[in-house]
Amino acid sequence: MSLPLSDLQALLPELALLVLMGLVMLLDLLWHPRRKLGVWTALGLVAVLVLSLALAQPSGSQAVWGGILRHDGYSFVFRMLFLVGALVTALLAMDVPHLGDKGAFYLLLLTSTLGMMLMAMANNLIMVFLAVETASIPLYVMAGFYPKDRASAEAGFKYMLFGALASAVLVYGMTLLYGLAGATDFAGVVAGLQQATWPVWMTVAVLLLVLAGFAFKVAAVPFHFWAPDVYTGAPTPIAAYLSTASKAAGFAVLVRFLLAALPGSTLPWWGAFLAAMAAATMTVGNFLALAQRNLKRLLAYSSIAHAGYILIGVVAASHLGVTAAVFYLVVYLLTNLVAFGVVVALESAGGTSEIRSLAGLYKRSPLLALFLMTAFLSLAGVPPFSGFVAKVWVFTAAVEAGLIWLAIVGVLNAIVGLYYYLIVLKMAYVYDAPEEEMHRPVRVPRVQAAALGVLSVLIVVMGLVFAPWFAWGEWAARTLMGG
Amino acid sequence: MSPLTILIFLPMVVGGVFLIIPRMKDQTVKVLALLTGLVAFLLSGWIYLNYDLAQGGYQFVQKSPWLPALGISYHVGVDGMSAPLVLLTGIVIFTGVLISWNMPRIREFFGLLFILATGVFGVFASLDLFTLFFFYEIAVFPMYLLIVIWGWKKTREYAGMKLTLYLFVGSVLALVGALAMVFQAKAQLGYLTFDLLELEKVAFPVAFQKLWFPVVFFGFAVLGGIFPVHNWSPDGHVAAPTAVSMFHAGVLMKLGAFAALRLGIMMMPEGAKFHLPWIILLTLVNVVYGAFIASVQQDFKYVIGFSSVSHMGLVLMGFATLNYYGFLGAGIQMFSHGVMTALFFAVVGMVYDRAHTRHIPSLGGFIKKLPWAAVAFIIGGLTSMGMPGFSGFIAEFPIFMGVWKYEPWIAIVAVISIVVTASYILRVAWRVFFGELREEFQDVPGLLVYDKVALAVLCAFLIGIGWFPKIMTPWVHVGTEYVLQLLK
Repeated sequence: MSLPLSDLQALLPELALLVLMGLVMLLDLLWHPRRKLGVWTALGLVAVLVLSLALAQPSGSQAVWGGILRHDGYSFVFRMLFLVGALVTALLAMDVPHLGDKGAFYLLLLTSTLGMMLMAMANNLIMVFLAVETASIPLYVMAGFYPKDRASAEAGFKYMLFGALASAVLVYGMTLLYGLAGATDFAGVVAGLQQATWPVWMTVAVLLLVLAGFAFKVAAVPFHFWAPDVYTGAPTPIAAYLSTASKAAGFAVLVRFLLAALPGSTLPWWGAFLAAMAAATMTVGNFLALAQRNLKRLLAYSSIAHAGYILIGVVAASHLGVTAAVFYLVVYLLTNLVAFGVVVALESAGGTSEIRSLAGLYKRSPLLALFLMTAFLSLAGVPPFSGFVAKVWVFTAAVEAGLIWLAIVGVLNAIVGLYYYLIVLKMAYVYDAPEEEMHRPVRVPRVQAAALGVLSVLIVVMGLVFAPWFAWGEWAARTLMGG
Repeated sequence: MSPLTILIFLPMVVGGVFLIIPRMKDQTVKVLALLTGLVAFLLSGWIYLNYDLAQGGYQFVQKSPWLPALGISYHVGVDGMSAPLVLLTGIVIFTGVLISWNMPRIREFFGLLFILATGVFGVFASLDLFTLFFFYEIAVFPMYLLIVIWGWKKTREYAGMKLTLYLFVGSVLALVGALAMVFQAKAQLGYLTFDLLELEKVAFPVAFQKLWFPVVFFGFAVLGGIFPVHNWSPDGHVAAPTAVSMFHAGVLMKLGAFAALRLGIMMMPEGAKFHLPWIILLTLVNVVYGAFIASVQQDFKYVIGFSSVSHMGLVLMGFATLNYYGFLGAGIQMFSHGVMTALFFAVVGMVYDRAHTRHIPSLGGFIKKLPWAAVAFIIGGLTSMGMPGFSGFIAEFPIFMGVWKYEPWIAIVAVISIVVTASYILRVAWRVFFGELREEFQDVPGLLVYDKVALAVLCAFLIGIGWFPKIMTPWVHVGTEYVLQLLK
């Protein structure tokens, strides 16, 4: 098959990323730049971003590679988001010993990002599976990047086992779907399902299998069990990446599949089922987060809860719902990267990821305390931080769709969330560390401080001037759903 | 740009600068904070005085698109009801800065206090549902941190969290109600808008109003301290540091009452007519029970805390009558109580900072050491009892008239509170300021000049309105007319 020029342009971000991977590999082999490799990777990702934004913006919805990929506003927003996620992750990781000095890490990171970008574009069951595996396999390795550290090794292994199971379920569901519908591209699947001659429960059962596979990626209840252990055990920058880009990728493919392959109206209780999943995800995530003493574990449960809020937008299945979900994911990615970034900084200053080790932060590093406050208040959904508007839009979408009960479950959950986020802030702002530690400032390397600073400013700016970002979400929704 | 916008965002900008520059010297912080407080005070006074009474309606309006796709705009303006409250906020922020001169970690303290002030100014001025919630929720986190960092060690963590959660629960439930309103309006208007001035013209179906009015009204009335969800307030007041208690009881409780009026009564008048007859009974409990509870407290600050519950009950009771006198009195009471209670908490703070106890029987004779504070407390006390010549009389008299018109027996029961209030105020004034000054308090330092200025400013407003009601009633009258016209 020969590639037309327009396909090349559509795939420019991916091709540029491939080139960057080659460069990183060469640099690592020939020059051993150690920690500087992180800077080069990050600069390379900036170049990819700029290049893509300048040259590869889609107009309308374009079928690429014979239709197995789709180059539209929806996939473009997500692809840029993954690039940002990888960029920040590379910066956070570069000073972490045994991680930031290894070329293999950056290569795995970029490979996984490539897989995620394909996930956002995939418009065909087979492509979905390939993309999911491309994104996941490097993640398994990265989670277990410290083989001598028991927690990390356990995290990697656990993630892989759960992941393999989820993939098996996913591919099983997909084969059945193919068997029923007789096609692998989404449009074909829709057409096939509409001429169903089999009982409706069969369709639902098959779809549940596929949904389970995706729910694992986004860590939605009841497929969330892996997340806390993996986040806690994995090197912290990887946990940051897992909880942000990887989750966003899961949502990217989930939303496209649900809205393109499954116009919800054809299946009577499908909406109710998804709504229940959203409610359960929020509630379980938030209530279990209450009991945590480790910051990474707390963030893991909070990220489960946030998957629930985002699912509200998906359940609404409307224009506004998708817009809200995309906006939420953008905000959430930036915010959670800051939250994990603070943990990375704490750990590299000799602290642990226990919540207790935040004590005295207001004095030991006022800047880091401020970043923590920005991130956690944004996660809690408090203005002027962007998490507030993100939450308001998903609740608005729920009310618009007539799901008032779900909006109420959502706001009640926001209260539980506020509680534990404030507890963490209290530790950083109220309590003092032991005397000898109080006088030892936590130093944040300049690059990380700059990265976290830029993200924090973005979090506030997006909370105050949200119209342009909302327009991006709307663009994504429009190209996905038409109209 | 409307001067109102400058007033709203000035404190947050200064507060944000305080927070992001950790190395700023304390002296610089104090000077900047004092300047900002003064500017906010003068600007709010200027807006108040330049409100054109003949013209009425909303003035100093600014409407800029914020998210046109959803019909959301940044829309602010003041009317006769909110102009006094904006002024009140200006007064409290200025005096709050004055009496916080020696706080530890002062940079963060003023930073958070100013962000809180932005939230409060914003809510009073909002003419858009989203704008209103945006500013309302801004008040959440500075409030919490101010209490848990600088509050009274014994209860600050408990009370700070309790207050924050109460405030948040109420407002997010009200948010769902507000969204329901927006989409109901969309069904009737054909387009999406969050603009309050457009929404208040929509005649929502009666069944819809009956369902959603209590949600929205209570969502905000929680912050107004309505029984039985009032008990965050005394705990919160007591645990907070002085300037925050002033803000809290002085301004934040009005925020709740004001928003309950703005989004509850003014948007859903039919719902209000249906539900307020039982809600007024709750406010009666506030008024009477609050006064009795205040009278048995041994802790100086709890007395004031519960007296706020009682006085805020009068505000909500005035609203619940839905008649002219009720609204007029409630409007003035919001201002009068705000200034009065800020004064009370300032005095309590001054005594506590010197005595290190608030246990009333352990105090005594402080008039010898703190004559300014004693006089100020007595002025506040007379206001609180509703004595003629003080603003409390100007406020409470119309409320009781309104309640009498509505249902005489409620007025008769409510009047008990005045007697009880007089008894506990006199008792506390006697025990704390008169009698023998105890040995250990002989060497306590006097007041700073900043403290005296703060007390003088607050007293001036209480007496000024008491003698010259004309400086406040016409404003509230205009505001009341506007509300009544929506209720028709």
